[in-house]
Amino acid sequence: MPSLTIDGREVSVPKGTTVIQAAEKMGVFIPRYCYHPGLSVAGNCRICLVEVENLPKLQVACNLPVTEGMVVHTGSEQAEDGRRAVLEFLLANHPLDCPVCDQSGECDLQNFYMNFGLYDPRFREQKVKKQKAVQLGPHVMLDQERCILCSRCVRFTDEITKTGEIGIFQRGDRAKIGVYPGTELENPYSANVVDICPVGALTERAFRFKARVWYLSSAQTVCNGCSQGCNMDMHYVLDRPHLNEGARVVRVKPRYNPDVNQWWLCDEGRYGLEWIDKARLQEVRGPGDTANADTNSGKATWEQALGAISKSLAEWKAEDVGARIGVIASAKLTNEELFLIREIFRDALGAQVSAWVPEDPGTCDEFLVKADKNPNTRGATLLNLTSPDAPEAERIVDEALAGNIDLLWVFGYDLVEGFGEQKVRELGEKLKLFVYSGTNENPTQALAHWGLPSAAYVEKDGTFVNHHGRVQRIGRVFSPLGDSREDWRILLELGGLLGLQLDWRDPQEIFLGLADAETAFAGMSYGTIGDQGVEVACTKPTEGVTAPW
Amino acid sequence: MAVKAVQRRELTFWEKLYIPQIICGLKITSTHFFRNLFLHTAHLLGRLKNVPASVTIQYPEERRPLMSRYRSRHRLTLREDNSPRCVGCMLCETVCPARCITIVPGEHPDPDVEKYPIRFDIDLGMCVYCGYCVEVCPEDAIRMDTGILDLAAYSREAMRLDIHELMGPKLRKPISDCSLEFPHICASADGEMKGGWDSVPRSKGS
Repeated sequence: MPSLTIDGREVSVPKGTTVIQAAEKMGVFIPRYCYHPGLSVAGNCRICLVEVENLPKLQVACNLPVTEGMVVHTGSEQAEDGRRAVLEFLLANHPLDCPVCDQSGECDLQNFYMNFGLYDPRFREQKVKKQKAVQLGPHVMLDQERCILCSRCVRFTDEITKTGEIGIFQRGDRAKIGVYPGTELENPYSANVVDICPVGALTERAFRFKARVWYLSSAQTVCNGCSQGCNMDMHYVLDRPHLNEGARVVRVKPRYNPDVNQWWLCDEGRYGLEWIDKARLQEVRGPGDTANADTNSGKATWEQALGAISKSLAEWKAEDVGARIGVIASAKLTNEELFLIREIFRDALGAQVSAWVPEDPGTCDEFLVKADKNPNTRGATLLNLTSPDAPEAERIVDEALAGNIDLLWVFGYDLVEGFGEQKVRELGEKLKLFVYSGTNENPTQALAHWGLPSAAYVEKDGTFVNHHGRVQRIGRVFSPLGDSREDWRILLELGGLLGLQLDWRDPQEIFLGLADAETAFAGMSYGTIGDQGVEVACTKPTEGVTAPW
Repeated sequence: MAVKAVQRRELTFWEKLYIPQIICGLKITSTHFFRNLFLHTAHLLGRLKNVPASVTIQYPEERRPLMSRYRSRHRLTLREDNSPRCVGCMLCETVCPARCITIVPGEHPDPDVEKYPIRFDIDLGMCVYCGYCVEVCPEDAIRMDTGILDLAAYSREAMRLDIHELMGPKLRKPISDCSLEFPHICASADGEMKGGWDSVPRSKGS
């Protein structure tokens, strides 16, 4: 463990650590363009120059292993001068089209110029003209003039995706990045090159000209695209609806979590969020004026809907024929909601509850994309709502068709897709009460007696358990759209109407109740989960697939 | 409320007589009347131009000259091909303290220009005429030099200038025929996109 001094403070780091990593550990930020902790060291941008005592010249911090007794100055005049000169060279051929650049506002060229550049430009020559607005692939645009040739994107495609589409061509001031002839940047992780690009050379096509970055608000959340549960920051805009055609979610960026997704996010998760703002179910739909109508043609209020549903449920409960109630929950619900469903429907009403909906496995790979496209299958399993502790959804549907179930509540799952429209239409006619609660318009909702709009997962607080058994908080990004309500709120209210003793008020308290009831979650709270998540007590991977790191 | 008693001056004997004071007042009024009548007639005949008459400005036929830095209604400046100079950077929208500017940018066919405004609205009902938008513009694309001061409308909607009125300051709503050729969101086409880059004569080959 060599110890060194950085800016007057001593620190001991493992052997082989570089100065930039040691400084990072101490909270000292050394400017960098080409250095990225997830990629190999290239050492070509030279912006991370630091002064090291007893060495004749400035050194690059990203490629300098620490030695015992090393004394480093990161902010000395000599180091700043060196960096300023490097920045001047990097900006020599930069087009300075910040006003029209999508990176503007989160660009390291802008940041470092304002931090320690601030020189008077001396470049009077003609700038080298290169290609602008080059389409590299389905998700990425390239502006060769803005590129500073840090080669992060090249190393990303070489080392992380191992597809190697991007390369640096030509030499000298004509050097430019591009894709190899005949190829396109279309690997499943292609948009990550935009995140790691420190300047505006690589930008997202989906975000192109949509908004300026300073209009965006950001909130931490977790991807619900598959059971990996990658951590991400959701960037949204609420006060300028003319941007982005009124949609609130503008883009997402991966959030670093060493145990889940490191710095990366797959394109499938990144661009699979349109449903949050499009074709949402926004109003309560009920049987309308005619009682016991089979379709939910009329508009209703939450009070009407929950009053009618709880009345029916109470009747069944009074007759003590609980098994005639079926609930098809979803592995897209949070642990808190699944726990409430279990408490209310299975334990208090004696219903058949399942969160086990067989689905065709989706695309998967060995890195981040998992075949199970539900974010919380593991949580449902831990709560005994999937195989082998609970019946399969198909059995509940079959029993309902056979007349053994009178009431069916479906949470978010599109039955029409799984069982065909004929069967669901039959269900609507046969069942005495058929409730659908979900986020978006779909055929099942149209055939149910009550269609309840529920909040999307970014509109509510809660936790998911990823495939590896990591409990992660999803966090609330913005408030529910229209009349929709969070599923936990619907369930709590229903529990209250049924006269159950549920003395929780919000997901945080429900989770504490859950932690008390389930050994796998014992001792956990939102405080201990934090923003990086914790592993459940007994880790038993469902698929036997572990992360490659 | 506190009351402050003001000591009024006692009227003198002459003032109390009333009629002489009326005559004094009429004398002042008629002096001005006949002086102006004489001077205006003389001005009409081209005489005594160096002696000023009354200073009333006959608005709207006659208007006061505006200072060159006066901030009047906005306009969008044009390129040679009559497309807007604006590159849709949204700095004016960002800096606007009244939040009266609405811009939706689009892709310009010339990759060196990159962006242009598909929609550019200024809500004059909200504008505070601070001129920050003019100051912040990197392209000199917006100016407040039209000299138009009489901004009145019968509805809030009519106070909302769209790209047509901003590019042609003489235009007022309702605009029946849109003559702009580049693609833009057009009120006369029910808010649909109108125009196309094919019909815009490009001043330089790109």
